[in-house]
Amino acid sequence: MSDDLDDIQAIFFEECAEGLATAEAGLSAMADGDVSAGVIAGVFRAVHSIKGGAGAFGHAALTAFSHRFENVLDEVRAGRIAPTPGVTRVMLTAFDVLADHVAAAQGTSPLPADAAVAAALDQVLADRGVAEAAPAPVAAAPAPAPVAVVEDDPFGFEPVTASVEPFDPFGFEPVTVTLDLLDDAQPVVADAPLPWTVTFVPSDAALANGGEPMLIVRELEMLGGTITGVDLSRLPSLRDLEPEHAYLGWTISVPGTVEESAIGDCFDFVAPESIVDIVREISPDIVSTATPIAAPLAVAPVPAPAPVPAPVALAEVPTLIATPIAAAPVPPMPAAVAPVAPPPPPVRPAPVRVDEAEVQRTHEVAAQTIRVDLTKLDMLLNLVGELVIRGSILADRLSPKDQERVELPQLSRLTREIQDTVMSLRAQPIKQAFSRVPRMLRDLSAETGKQVTLETTGETTEVDKGVIEKIGDPLTHMIRNAVDHGIESPEKRLAAGKPAQGTIKLSAEQKGARIFVRVADDGGGIDRARVRAKAVEKGIVAPDAVLTDEEIDQLICAPGFSTAETISNISGRGVGMDVVRSNVEALGGRVEIASTPGKGTTFTMVLPLTLAILEGMIVRLAGQRFVLPLANVIETVQPEPGQVRPTTTTGEVIELRGNYLPVRRLTRTFGFADNDARTPEESLVIIVESETAGHVGLMVDTIDDRREVVIKSLDQNLHPIRGLGGATILGDGSIALILDIEALVGPSAPLNRYPQKGLAA
Amino acid sequence: MSKTILTVDDSASMRMLLKASLTAQGFTIEAANDGRHGLERMIEVKPDLLITDINMPEMDGFELIEAVRAKPEFRGVPILVLSTEFSDEKKARARQAGATGWITKPFDAAKLGTAIRRVCP
Repeated sequence: MSDDLDDIQAIFFEECAEGLATAEAGLSAMADGDVSAGVIAGVFRAVHSIKGGAGAFGHAALTAFSHRFENVLDEVRAGRIAPTPGVTRVMLTAFDVLADHVAAAQGTSPLPADAAVAAALDQVLADRGVAEAAPAPVAAAPAPAPVAVVEDDPFGFEPVTASVEPFDPFGFEPVTVTLDLLDDAQPVVADAPLPWTVTFVPSDAALANGGEPMLIVRELEMLGGTITGVDLSRLPSLRDLEPEHAYLGWTISVPGTVEESAIGDCFDFVAPESIVDIVREISPDIVSTATPIAAPLAVAPVPAPAPVPAPVALAEVPTLIATPIAAAPVPPMPAAVAPVAPPPPPVRPAPVRVDEAEVQRTHEVAAQTIRVDLTKLDMLLNLVGELVIRGSILADRLSPKDQERVELPQLSRLTREIQDTVMSLRAQPIKQAFSRVPRMLRDLSAETGKQVTLETTGETTEVDKGVIEKIGDPLTHMIRNAVDHGIESPEKRLAAGKPAQGTIKLSAEQKGARIFVRVADDGGGIDRARVRAKAVEKGIVAPDAVLTDEEIDQLICAPGFSTAETISNISGRGVGMDVVRSNVEALGGRVEIASTPGKGTTFTMVLPLTLAILEGMIVRLAGQRFVLPLANVIETVQPEPGQVRPTTTTGEVIELRGNYLPVRRLTRTFGFADNDARTPEESLVIIVESETAGHVGLMVDTIDDRREVVIKSLDQNLHPIRGLGGATILGDGSIALILDIEALVGPSAPLNRYPQKGLAA
Repeated sequence: MSKTILTVDDSASMRMLLKASLTAQGFTIEAANDGRHGLERMIEVKPDLLITDINMPEMDGFELIEAVRAKPEFRGVPILVLSTEFSDEKKARARQAGATGWITKPFDAAKLGTAIRRVCP
């Protein structure tokens, strides 16, 4: 969270820069005599936004100063202070100080001395302007200075402390004591605080405005309150009942041990027209001396004297019982609350209408960057992708001579440039995702007592923004996992002849249409015997299952698997690697694990470059078309009789210039069994290069075409099928699936998402 | 079933801050950057709660609240204003427009969560 906060804060400072530019442009326009409402509103909003963000990020000095500045701007905006050249001059000076404050908050410069400018702003506010050509402020303000505007601000200049503020100061009416409440005698210990009696009558519009009164009643019940009375008197007959109208009122008794503020907090959002009464209840003892049932008191309520000054009554609880407080039930009238919180007299002029076009213009002058909705960018990228594909279809259909005639090559080049530019809009250096790691490692080192250094490479690799945003969590888990389970304690490391300090290598690189993000530690490696034992114990694999090392490593990613002997507060809750895998798979990627005992473990996230364009070979398998990424293709072979031979262990091999390469029949891989009859001589073998398995031959029926395709991500349901990297729409509108070579031929090639299940059977 | 909150604020950092602190508290957050966009998103998302800023370009918070309340399907949906403003005059105007409550920026994440659950449990 705190790391995210740093990122957000960086954006805030970007906004500050834009806001300052807007304010400067606006103030300059004002200095040049343009004091239109739109310009002033633009400046106001810029300063206002800076203040808002500054408060949120805890920059007290910046908040305080921008608040002062904003006060003056607000008055100018409302027309109560004329934007004379003198006032504008003060604001321009204030602008400079504001810019310095922003720089100080960013840590790039010391805190500015703002006392003089702050005083000048306050003076403008107090004098409602600047006495032009009268430098002596003494002459300017002989009148009683503090105007209502200043007093209006209940928080002084430090709104930082204001968090959730009650909408309504609670009305301090005479107490309402209802009959049924009185005989609800509760055992009251002599020195225990008296219980609270809360009366609550919501405003008529409460329900329509989303303020469900029952939620407040429930919250009071959570505090230990009990409903002691419901006022049904306003409930009309069914015919007149309006469903959105609030009719009921409640009396709730809350234990006296509850803080009054806690009760008050429940009424944060009630409208001023609501009735809210919170008072200490009259001691039942006093009542019971009069009569056991207290009926006479209730039937003939004592007429209320002048309302008791409420704060006194609330503060002096012990003396409260002596006060003749039992009053007639307060009629639910808005007037009852009004005297407590008088609305400010509407003497102010009507708000100035803002000319939005003008504000927009101010923005345009100021903005260095614009923020664009990602969905719009995606749409653009998709459209450009389609354009590229149409271009290559056109190129296929026209003869070279015709292509020249219609200037297709020039058009293609232009299209390609547009495509690259649009893609670069979405791409951002992966540094953003990496930047939180060093700090996290420091914290982890402190927690675990393990010493770790970080080596980072490939930070500048550009990755789609969407991918960057989503790899943060998996990356965090992987790093934690590496420190917690990978790196050994300094003693163990020294005993094993390694330096006490462990190393984690974090790297990113792009290969073809995939991004590889690796977290490699030089720790003890995966303890396969222990992992296996644990998996058997947890019932994930059968005790007699035959597992390869890679399959055992993959067990780490099984849901609910954890080998941590004690559950640490870092990882070891048995969710980490499972979460990593599901997050990465949701992105259309996969997680690879490579571990050498005693040497360390490498986790690799293989991620797609989403929405990228792919150059592919369209191949046919049992009549269906698939796209094979051209980047992986080495050559294509039409097998001679006898060139493809069956072997006992790996299925089939192809002999190529004296070498033997494994061959996979893709029709078999995807279960098109009916196609098995086709002989190798009737098929084609495409030799592909994979990172993990070297050169492998893939047997397909035919090759249709070579073409650029737009990668569309697969629906979540198809992610478990290994070997598929995405899908695309071909020129004729049909869909073809894109093959993921690495997953097809790599060592953990089984198509089942959970290989261990198959093995356990 | 996590509750969906639509946050409308012209400041990207404020939107992200809200998203980060409220997602951590189990809410699903949608966002819009001004009143007009907010109204469109409101219709698309149909959130359980709307949190809006007041000072925004295009359509301001007051206008947004009025526009939302004018639609019968959104009567009764809680609307909280989250603004640096705190004058009674502005609050009364928001209330008039149909706001459920008012929270003054800057906010404390935990308190904001408590306040939200007060109208959107």
